[in-house]
Formats: sequence, C-alpha cells, structure tokens
Amino acid sequence: MRYVTPLKNLDRELACFHRRLKIGGVFVALLALVLLGRGFFLQIFQHEHYIQRAESNRISLVPAAPNRGLIVDRKGRILAENYSAYTLEITRADMASLEQTLTELGKLIEITPGQLRRFRRLLSESHEFETVPLKSKLTDEEVAVLAANRYRLPGVEVKARLFRNYQAGPGMAHVVGFIGRINDRDLTRLRQDDREQNYRGSVHIGKTGLEQSYETLLHGRTGFDQMETDASGRAVRILSRIPPVPGKDLRLHLDLDLQAVSEHAFGDYLGGLVALDPRTGGILALVSKPGFDPNLFVDGIDPETWKFLNESPERPMVNRVLRGIYPPGSTIKPFMALAGLELGLRKPSDQIVDPGYFSLPNSRHQFRDWKRGGHGVVDLRRSISQSCDVYYYRLAVDMGIDRMHDALAQYGFGEKTGIDLDGESSGLLPSREWKQRRWKKAWYPGETVISGIGQGYHLTTPLQLAAATAILANGGTRIEPRLVEAVRDPVTHVWQTLGDAPRSTVKINPTNLAVVREGMMDVMRPGGTAAASAAGAAYTIAGKTGTAQVVGIKQGARYDASRLARQHRDHALFIAYAPAENPTIVIAVMVENGGSGSGTAAPIARAVFDYYLTGKRPGSMNLEANDAAE
Amino acid sequence: MQRNSHWLLRRLGHLDGVLLILVLMLLGISLAVVASASGQSPGRISGHLINMGLALMVMAVVANVPPHILSKFGLPLYVTGLVLLVGVALFGEIRNGSRRWLSLGVMTFQPSELMKLALPLMLAWYFQRNETTLRAKHYLFGAAMLLVPFLLILRQPDLGTAMMIGASGFYLLFFAGLSWKVILGGSAIGAASLPLVWGMMHDYQQRRVLTLLDPSADPLGAGYHIIQSTIAIGSGGLFGKGWMQGSQSQLDFIPERTTDFIFAVFGEEFGYLGAILLVAIYLAVVARGLTIAARAPTLFGRLMAATLSLNLFTYVFVNMGMVSGILPVVGVPLPLMSYGGTALLTLLLGVGILMSVATHRQLNKS
Repeated sequence: MRYVTPLKNLDRELACFHRRLKIGGVFVALLALVLLGRGFFLQIFQHEHYIQRAESNRISLVPAAPNRGLIVDRKGRILAENYSAYTLEITRADMASLEQTLTELGKLIEITPGQLRRFRRLLSESHEFETVPLKSKLTDEEVAVLAANRYRLPGVEVKARLFRNYQAGPGMAHVVGFIGRINDRDLTRLRQDDREQNYRGSVHIGKTGLEQSYETLLHGRTGFDQMETDASGRAVRILSRIPPVPGKDLRLHLDLDLQAVSEHAFGDYLGGLVALDPRTGGILALVSKPGFDPNLFVDGIDPETWKFLNESPERPMVNRVLRGIYPPGSTIKPFMALAGLELGLRKPSDQIVDPGYFSLPNSRHQFRDWKRGGHGVVDLRRSISQSCDVYYYRLAVDMGIDRMHDALAQYGFGEKTGIDLDGESSGLLPSREWKQRRWKKAWYPGETVISGIGQGYHLTTPLQLAAATAILANGGTRIEPRLVEAVRDPVTHVWQTLGDAPRSTVKINPTNLAVVREGMMDVMRPGGTAAASAAGAAYTIAGKTGTAQVVGIKQGARYDASRLARQHRDHALFIAYAPAENPTIVIAVMVENGGSGSGTAAPIARAVFDYYLTGKRPGSMNLEANDAAE
Repeated sequence: MQRNSHWLLRRLGHLDGVLLILVLMLLGISLAVVASASGQSPGRISGHLINMGLALMVMAVVANVPPHILSKFGLPLYVTGLVLLVGVALFGEIRNGSRRWLSLGVMTFQPSELMKLALPLMLAWYFQRNETTLRAKHYLFGAAMLLVPFLLILRQPDLGTAMMIGASGFYLLFFAGLSWKVILGGSAIGAASLPLVWGMMHDYQQRRVLTLLDPSADPLGAGYHIIQSTIAIGSGGLFGKGWMQGSQSQLDFIPERTTDFIFAVFGEEFGYLGAILLVAIYLAVVARGLTIAARAPTLFGRLMAATLSLNLFTYVFVNMGMVSGILPVVGVPLPLMSYGGTALLTLLLGVGILMSVATHRQLNKS
C-alpha cells in the first residue's frame, strides 16, 4: 500500500509539482470567483435593499413637539396656557443605584415626600429606559446646583419642558379638564387611531374635559428634524426639518365672570349648574361642585392626593352636569303638560279637583300630593305654577307609560345631548319595553303614576334638563349644547367660528307651548312656587321648581328635612329661562340634598340671571372683591 | 559614499519588481482606506506609515538572504514556537476567554503569529532535507509537525488562526506531493467528524457559526458586525460612495473598520469595481508567487513560494468572506490592507521570502 506519489526522478517530481501548482491556481481562482459572486450579489443585485438599510441607519427622525393650543373664555381670558419650566428627570437604566442617586439628589435640592411618591408611581408605570420626572418647576438656584453636580449623577438630567397652567381655578376644572402624561392606555388608543406617529415627541395628552374632547385640535402636528446620526445615536447634522404646527386655540361661549357669579351663588352645596344660550346651544356657565385643582395632574399626581380625590364621598372628579343622574322631580311637569296638550289628552281649561291624594281604580294605595289637603281646583297653568302632583298622577295614567316615554324622548330625555365633552351620561327614560329588557319584569300601573311627577325610574342629568328647557325657550328647536365657539388657526391667527351646532325641530303647536310657558311664568309670579326668587327682577323669568326624593318616605309618614341626615335630604332642582318673552339664557340647577327647589335652587339661578341680564353681581361677592382689592 | 549607494542599488536588485509594485499598490490603497476609516484619529496614519516602513525594510533584508540560509531558520523557529505555545498553554494571559497571549513584561506577544511562518519553513526545510528519499513516513512525520501546533492553538482557543496554520501546513504537504488518496480520505473523515468538532467547539464559536447562518437572529449582539458590514458593502453599489463618503464607515456603524473589517469600508466607498480591482491585485500577487514557485530551483524554494502564495489568498478569502457574510467572524485581517503591525510584518516577511526565492535562482545554481 502506497500513501504517497513516488518521485523517482527530478523530472517526474517537477511535472507533478507543476500539475499541483495549476491545481492550486485553479483553487485560488475558484475562491476569487466566490468572492466576486458574493460582491455582485451584495453590490449589484441587492444594492437597492442595502442602500435603504444604510439610509435608515444614517437618518433618524427627531420629533419636535408642537405647542398646545390655548383655551380662552368668550372674552379672550386665558383658561389654559403653556409655560416652560426646568424639570429634573431620571432615567433608571443609566444609573447604578437608584436609591443612592435619590439620596444624593436629596442632599442637593429639596425633594418633598409627595414628589417622591409621585415619582415612584410614575416609575412603576414606565420602562427602565424611559425618563421620569422627579421634580418640576426648578428654581434657578436648583438648576445651577444640579448642573454643577451633573458629572457625578449619571442618568440625571435637567430638561426644559412645556407645562400646562390652569389659572381659572378649581371651578373650571370640569370644563377645561386637564392633560396628563401619556400612559399605556392612551398609547393603545393612539395606535388604534393611527395617531401614534404624531405623538412621538409629546409627553402629555388631554385626559378629561375640553383637553380630552378637543385633543386633536389642541395638540397640533408634530414636526420632525431629519438628523444624520452616528452609530451611537449622536446627531451629526440636520438634513432637513419639518417644523411642528402648533395646536389650535379654543374660544368658549362661556363667560368667566358669569362662571364666577354662578360658582359664588352655588356656595358650598354639592351639585351642578349649567347656563346656556337657547338660541345657539352655547354653554355660558357650567358649575360642578366640588371642583378640584387640575394643575395637580399635569406632571403626574402623587398617589395620596389621587386616592383622596378618587375615593372622597363627595366625588370631586365627577362632572355632575354631564354625569350626575338625578330624578327630575317636578321639573318634568312642564314637559308632561305639553305632552298632554299635544296628545289631546288635556285642554288648557280642563280642571280637576285635587283632594291631596290619588288612587288607582280598585286600589287603596294613596299617591299623596306634596301639599297636605291638596290644591283644590286646578287647571293646566295652575298645575304648573302650584306644582300640583295629583294633576300629573292622573295625566300620567291617562297617557300611559309608553306614550309618556315617546313624548319626553322628543325633548332629549334618556339620550345624550351631544355636548362637546366626553363621558356624558344618557340618563334613563323608562318604558315598558325597557323594564322588560333590563329587569325582566312587567310594568306596574303604580310606576306610571309616580313617573308623572318625575319620580321612579326616570333619571336625568342637569345638562339634559337645560337642553330640554331650551326647547321650550326657543320655541321648539333642539340644539346640541356646545362649549367651544371658535377656533383660532395658529398660523393665520384668525378666529373661525365652529358654526351652528346640529339642531332639529320638535313639532309643537305654538298655542300649546304658549300655555305651558305662561304656566312657567306663573311659577315666578306672586302665588307661584318660586315667586320669592323673582321678586324685584327687572326682567321676567319662566321657571319650574323641583324636589327629588333621595329616600322613600313610608306611607303615612311625613318628610321632615330637619330630622334627616344631610345626605338623605331631597335634591333641589330648578329650571328656568329669561327674559321670558325673548329668552337669551336657560339655566338648570341641581343642588344635592339642597332641600326644596324653590328655597335653594331658584335663588342660585336668580343670581346668575341678574348678572347675565343686568350686570349686577351678588352683594356678598362685591364685598369680597372689595376686600381683595384692599 | 558613491560606493555605498552602488551597494544599496545592487542589494535592491534582490527585490522582485513585480511583487514590489503590487505590494506598494496594496499598501497605498490601505493607506487611503485607513485614512478614511480613522477620520477621528489621525494618529493611525502615521502609525500605519511607520509600520509599513519597518515591515518593508524587514522584507528587503529577508529578500537579500539566500533561500538555503533562510531554510536553516526553519527548525529553530519551529521549536521556539512550540515551546512558546506550550508556555502559553501553561502561563498565558487570558483575554476574552481565551489563552493566546504571552506576557514579555513590557509587551504581550502571540506565539501563534510566529507559527504562521515557522511551520511552512520547518516543513519545507524538512522535505528539502529528505528530498531524495521521500517515503510515506516523511509525510506522516510532516503531518505530525502540523498537528501539534494546530491542536495547541485550537485549544487556546483560536479557531481562526488554527485553521489558517492548518491550511498552510496542508498546502505545503500538498505541494510536496501528498497522495490524492490521503487527501480525499482525510477530507471524508473530516466531513464525517464535523458533528464531533461542533460538540467540542466553545459556546462563542458555535454562536459565531449560527450567527453567520442567520445574522438577524441576534441583530444587536454577535450579528451586528456582519449586518453592518454587509449593509456597507451592499450600499456601495457598482461605483461606491466615494472616498471618505461612506455613511456606514464615517458614522461608526462598522466595527473594527481599520483592522478586520477594513474591506467593508473599501467596499462601501469604492464599490464593486474597487472590489474587482482589489481581488485582481491579490490574484496578480498569487500568480507572481506561483510563477516564482514554478521557476524555483530547489524544493525548499518551490514549496515555500507555492505555499505562501496560496496562503495569502486564503487570508484574503477568509477575511472578505467573513466581512461580506459568507464565513464566520474569525478575526483574520485582510493581508496588506488591515491596520496592525504584527500581521503586516509577518506578511511582508513572507513576501521577502518569495523575493529571495525569486532572485536567488542563478545564485543558488552556481
């Protein structure tokens, strides 16, 4: 067995070597072909692909966040504005020990326990490489101290950030709302709407109120700087720039002075008030008590405060005008009366005798009138001005729940009004069909009876009441309420009105409407339930009081406010418009546990009317203003 | 003075003109690419020039030493190399998980570099010595001389260098006339034992091979190098982006771009045409080397010239293949292009030997 080629003589040896040299040459040529083939594949065949990859390596888009639009009242006074402040921000991924850094920072500047708690909450909600604010609105001294110590605090940065300031105070919190840091839920929604790209440079997003509902207008369009960056992400130079387009400014129908008067008149009660222009649907004032300080939310609220606001039994975070649902009580009567007339069930002159109670045929159960002994002989106008319960018990029975549902639905009960705020409640307008669906139970005749005076299942929001009253005031036009009147383009600086809100006509016989309106004027005239609240007014008011039971009163027992705990007292309601002949303002007031509509709710509305129609402020308010001036 | 310069010219006569021109061309290109790749650190260029100067001088000196003298270095260099490799295995410094460096106090040194030349010299000297009585046992003994350093380097572990040294030893045995049966049989056994080798490979070595098969599986880790260098080469296109104009190169996307990945910079800035030119120059060097081998009067000269030529192109192939993503990343520099003194010195030493073989033909015969 031979393992090697025998080399007998030099010639054969050389010949073999030359053969092998050739094989070696061929081998090298093959290797070269492989290399050139690979080069051809990369540089010619896939060149387009790789040039794109190289470009996306090289070019990065750095977002430039737009300035958020302002929100101003109808006279241009600022409700929400931006300001720039230095913020201490921390990136956890960039530091060895978070606790050590926090201790070090605590030695340099003051960090309150609240700021620390807020920081830890934000930290727990964010990724390790995200920057999280620890303290905002740094003073110049703090910025200087931090800058001097920056070298030994990796992951700690001082950044100039845009913030939102709500200077109108807690009263406007429910209208303007607030912005907050974009969280995972916001991101998911933005992604669904394909708007994520536009928020690449944004930290905040509208969370409630107008800030939420007009988010797309207020936010503006994010600009992008096309930067050439190196492998470590450092910007080398700017290649091109698409400047950000600032958000649009919003101007409201709302008048800050009227709002202040309304808040003042409301006092310390809980509840809601809404004033709107029945001709346009524009909201003139909107009070939901209690309010809260929206500035707390702008760069993350600390957990304690959040817990307090969220769990307080007074529910300050709930906008009662939109989301508070209450039985309408007697404020439903004008609408019931109009429905009775329209359906031909009643004539204005039809009279009943009210003995103080009403019983269904074959039943011994007595549905009592609020007035012991009854109102005596009552026609339609009197039924409104005296708020006669028995009149409406009978009317309700004659009408039946289904016709009542359809008639009241025309005025928007049981439906969202369509105001330009999110989270509105639709209330509840009961019907036979609804009860079957919701409770799988038949409708009882007794339930029809109490529905006639706005008790039972029926629930409305103060906004629904105001919008329905506006239909009576403007002669039958249903208009969606609006807070925003105009928007301003940030580039042209021209205000552009948003135009008429969607409206529809409710078919009402003018004669029937006139009777009901007379009845509502009678309410405010001597002898009417709210006559005291109209005394001395330089204009006429049409209104209707209401009192809604919070707890059921046993058969035979009497309601005695003084013996009930405050939270069990009746809700006080009042709806009204003025001047009665040619209305320019509609008000709905809802005072939780306020007692009676005439005693508590109507005087509040009077104060608002006075200021709006005559410019007169409540006396106590002028005193306060003087005190402040001195 | 006059006599001196005359002497110098005569000495320069031992340089091979063709090889010298080709080498200078490569070094010129290297200078340009290193200049482009080291934009931020101009010190590289002067360092590179000094390295080139020193290495060229060594080349010139070696070219003037007759091959039969050079062959005498084979045994002592090989033995020294082996001793150092054993020293490394026992006392070597560990860096990045492998034991490759020997500390000499002021500097560290990789004995495997020495082996790159020592092994072919040793084998060529050995076959020359036994030229007239070549038997199977000589080849067996040659194979053993190859295997000992190969295994020592393999277990450092340094797969790349071990393969390169293994290749140079194999080329020499091949040119010395190793039977085809043994070559083919060995290849078959080698292929069959691949799974075994895979099992013996270190984690990082396995990862490199896997990364090569699918770089996108680990785009920020081991795959990053390959992805970025293929992007650089591919985006260069036919004509390249121009000198100093490669975005991948200039914006730090290519790692090790003055050393192992210099071809990525070259490919991006000079394109496919540049790559063809570069490969052509290397092929010309190989062609010249094979011509020198064919004309060499002694077995030592023939074996050395042929082996060094093939070996050079093997380096070229492994480096370009790795940078363009068809071979694993094994840390082999591109001959005469990559920045780095040791590799340049070793390579120009080799070229010096080629020149010596080329220019001492008649001298030796006489």
